[in-house]
Amino acid sequence: MKSAKLWSWVIFAIGVLYFLGPLLATVQFSLSIRRTGYSLDAYTNVLQSPVFQQTFLYSLTVGIAAIIVGLVIVVPAAYFVRLRAPQLRPIIEFVTLLPLIIPPIILVFGYIRLYNSSSILPLTNTDIGTNILLTLAYVALALPYMYRAVDTGLRTIDVQTLTEAANILGANTPTILLRVIFPNIIVAVLSGAFLTLAIVIGEFTMASLLNRQAFGVYMQNVGANRAFEPAALAVISFVITWAAMGAIQLLARFAPKTQRI
Amino acid sequence: MSNSADTIVANTAAPASAGVVSASGGPLRALQGVRWGDYLGVAPFLIFAVMFLILPTAWLVIGAFQANDGSFTLQNIADLGTPQILNSFWISIRVSVASALLGAAAGLIIALAVIRGKLPEGIRSTVMTFSGVASQFAGIPLAFAFIATLGRLGLLTVGLKLVGIDIYRAGFNLLSFWGLTLTYCYFQIPLMILIIAPAIDGLKKEWSEAAATLGATPTQFWRYVGLPVLWPNLLGTLSLLFANAFGAIATAYALTGSSLNIVPILLYAQIRGDVLNNPGLGAALAVGMIVIAALANVVYLIIRTRAERWLK
Amino acid sequence: MAEEFLRIENLVKTFGTNTVVKGANLSFNRGEFISLLGPSGCGKTTILRMIAGFERPTSGTILVEGKDITPLQPNQRKVGMVFQAYALFPNMNVADNVAFGLKIAGMPAEQRRARVEEMLNLIGLPAATYGSRFPFEMSGGQQQRVALARALAPKPRMLLLDEPLSALDAKIRVSLRQEIRAIQRDLGVTTIFVTHDQEEALSISDRIVVMSAGNVEQFDTPFQVYNKPATKFVATFVGTLNTLHATIVNASDRSVSVDGQVFRVADLPGGATNNAPLSLTMRPEAVSLGKPNGQDVVLNGKVSEVSFLGSVIRLKVDLGNNSLSLDTFNDTHTPPPGLDQPVQVSLNSSDILILPN
Repeated sequence: MKSAKLWSWVIFAIGVLYFLGPLLATVQFSLSIRRTGYSLDAYTNVLQSPVFQQTFLYSLTVGIAAIIVGLVIVVPAAYFVRLRAPQLRPIIEFVTLLPLIIPPIILVFGYIRLYNSSSILPLTNTDIGTNILLTLAYVALALPYMYRAVDTGLRTIDVQTLTEAANILGANTPTILLRVIFPNIIVAVLSGAFLTLAIVIGEFTMASLLNRQAFGVYMQNVGANRAFEPAALAVISFVITWAAMGAIQLLARFAPKTQRI
Repeated sequence: MSNSADTIVANTAAPASAGVVSASGGPLRALQGVRWGDYLGVAPFLIFAVMFLILPTAWLVIGAFQANDGSFTLQNIADLGTPQILNSFWISIRVSVASALLGAAAGLIIALAVIRGKLPEGIRSTVMTFSGVASQFAGIPLAFAFIATLGRLGLLTVGLKLVGIDIYRAGFNLLSFWGLTLTYCYFQIPLMILIIAPAIDGLKKEWSEAAATLGATPTQFWRYVGLPVLWPNLLGTLSLLFANAFGAIATAYALTGSSLNIVPILLYAQIRGDVLNNPGLGAALAVGMIVIAALANVVYLIIRTRAERWLK
Repeated sequence: MAEEFLRIENLVKTFGTNTVVKGANLSFNRGEFISLLGPSGCGKTTILRMIAGFERPTSGTILVEGKDITPLQPNQRKVGMVFQAYALFPNMNVADNVAFGLKIAGMPAEQRRARVEEMLNLIGLPAATYGSRFPFEMSGGQQQRVALARALAPKPRMLLLDEPLSALDAKIRVSLRQEIRAIQRDLGVTTIFVTHDQEEALSISDRIVVMSAGNVEQFDTPFQVYNKPATKFVATFVGTLNTLHATIVNASDRSVSVDGQVFRVADLPGGATNNAPLSLTMRPEAVSLGKPNGQDVVLNGKVSEVSFLGSVIRLKVDLGNNSLSLDTFNDTHTPPPGLDQPVQVSLNSSDILILPN
């Protein structure tokens, strides 16, 4: 049994090397902008750049919008499927698989063809329309994760009993959803939300094909023109994602659970 | 996926619901006996799904069979047969298979080490969180990270040169098939770890203890019980990893520009209008991608359902 | 002829700061069926797992046929083990599961087949019908029997069972435990059976080890453990026990008072003084309803609870501050007493146990 432990450590060490190596290299590279030793110049360049702030803000806004729309769509659906219409579950689960089957590049291609100037819903004609399209595209991308997060949250709290109790006390469905169900699944919801944000911040394909000034597109541009700033950007983006995921882990500890008596 | 227990819940939760709800049967049968009020809750979801998932895809599929004047044609599909496009598909498939196999193998070994390797408690949760982050770490940041490590002036390249090993002289190039595969592994391995972890948890401790009392060494346990039980999950996850790599473009684009002609890059160029202005062909390309990715996912689903039946 | 087979000497197991087994000394004979009985956390499973080799003792030795087995790995000990969760290999059918130990040992296929058939007949699941079934197609009781067959197929030196019946329905539990005992007798294999169910332990064991909080409280036959419990824990854990809080009236003539009623006990602990408090305990079956039939202690009370359990009627009789629980058999001609009915109960003073705490 001792040799098993040794091998596990060896494998773990190799894994650490492979995964931390590129990160360390990136950090090292990002600090080397001056020939005369390490500095944070690359970071300050990036963080002070108005384009950085603009695109980051844009992606952040779109991300939050995508989260909200996603919740409005997913929470009622997951609730009703679980409570009243479980036969719809296969359909819903199939739909949540679609974004994993259809590569994002194809989705955005479809959007461009379907909602361009010659269709009944010419979203791509206007700026606002295209922004909406991008938001909805991100909702679609994050759908599998959002649905799974909400569904898990609903499963952990005994939805049926809570609903029946609230019903007897006189609450109608929208009230139940808003004031009983939602507060109790907020931790699960937050985990889906952070994942959505992580996906949106780094996304490139859809934003670039829709000609949006998103953070992912900005990163690509910087990469094409500069040497050290992209490395700083990569580190920043990694840290943001790590922070988001870490927040999920922390929050998961505070998730309410119904106890079975 | 819906079963009789759920049906019972439905009946008790909505006593005014008319009729008995059947638990089996396809989507049409699934709609029997549901009240209109229930539809209201699911409506936004379904409307969204139709407008922004199903319709665009269906539109593309139709477009693949349309000529420029709108008439039905199979020419676009036939045009997929050009050497350049077939080559693209072939490279895409090769990169996806390679990174799926490598990612699956490495991911399995690491997951086994972390979960069953008797390592300290905190390591497992750290690895899981990190895998969650790393599985989404693709595109430009990832490409830069690997360029910073293994590019011509990368940290590792330079470091190896200092001890006398010149990998570029030996033929290695980050901006190539193997370089791309290696980079893809950075998100494939964590994805594998995340997906296979529950399956490894499902290997009950009692099985290996029972095997030990019956005289088996750890190797014999893995050979006769452990790996056979994991096998369906492994195959299924391979399919998923394949589909994941097949659709990824951002990393490839950032790493190779458009020098490595995988299908997503080709499609990207098509959409951009860089190449021929042939929307039908673009659509056909897209359909080709969907078919391959869909096949892989269907395989994954079938294998996963069969595996779940076993592990009750 | 009793021949020692397994000996445990000064066995101690500590997890961190928690000592789970506090120095056990036990000796089991060949072919015996021993139960380790106690509540959760008493250390019984830990002892079993140390015998199997899944836990290392912190100190002490385990000797089988005179040889110390503590340095051996589990797969070298030739013990058969049956788990609470059946633990059948899900990717193999019944026949392959049962044959597993034989395959590992290198037995040729034809011999394996014959032995598997023999074992499956032994547990009442003939190979022709059940051999190719998979675990998920079978009920809990069937799976556990297959697990038993699998453990016994390689002719192990001893059989270890870790709460094998806890996950099963009540009726199956009763029939399966008899089956296990019958098979064990048939094969003569030394068996150690861990359970928290005292009825299980009493009904099928040759001897019982009663444990509490890491200590061995008593190690004796079921009859002795039940009728002559060594400590208060054993008396309360095994079977039901009545407790009366009495006061000593006169230590010299051994008279005591319970709620004002005075009687004599068979004997008092040394150093007893007048007016000191005393705990008297007795089994429900030692108490009878109605006029004494040769018994020397008679008490008056009022019926406070009647539970009609079918063949048995369980009554609770209030004596004042104390109450007695007693069982009587159902009489088809006489209805049970009603609530608040005044009754007499009688018992023999020799059946009163005065226990050390």
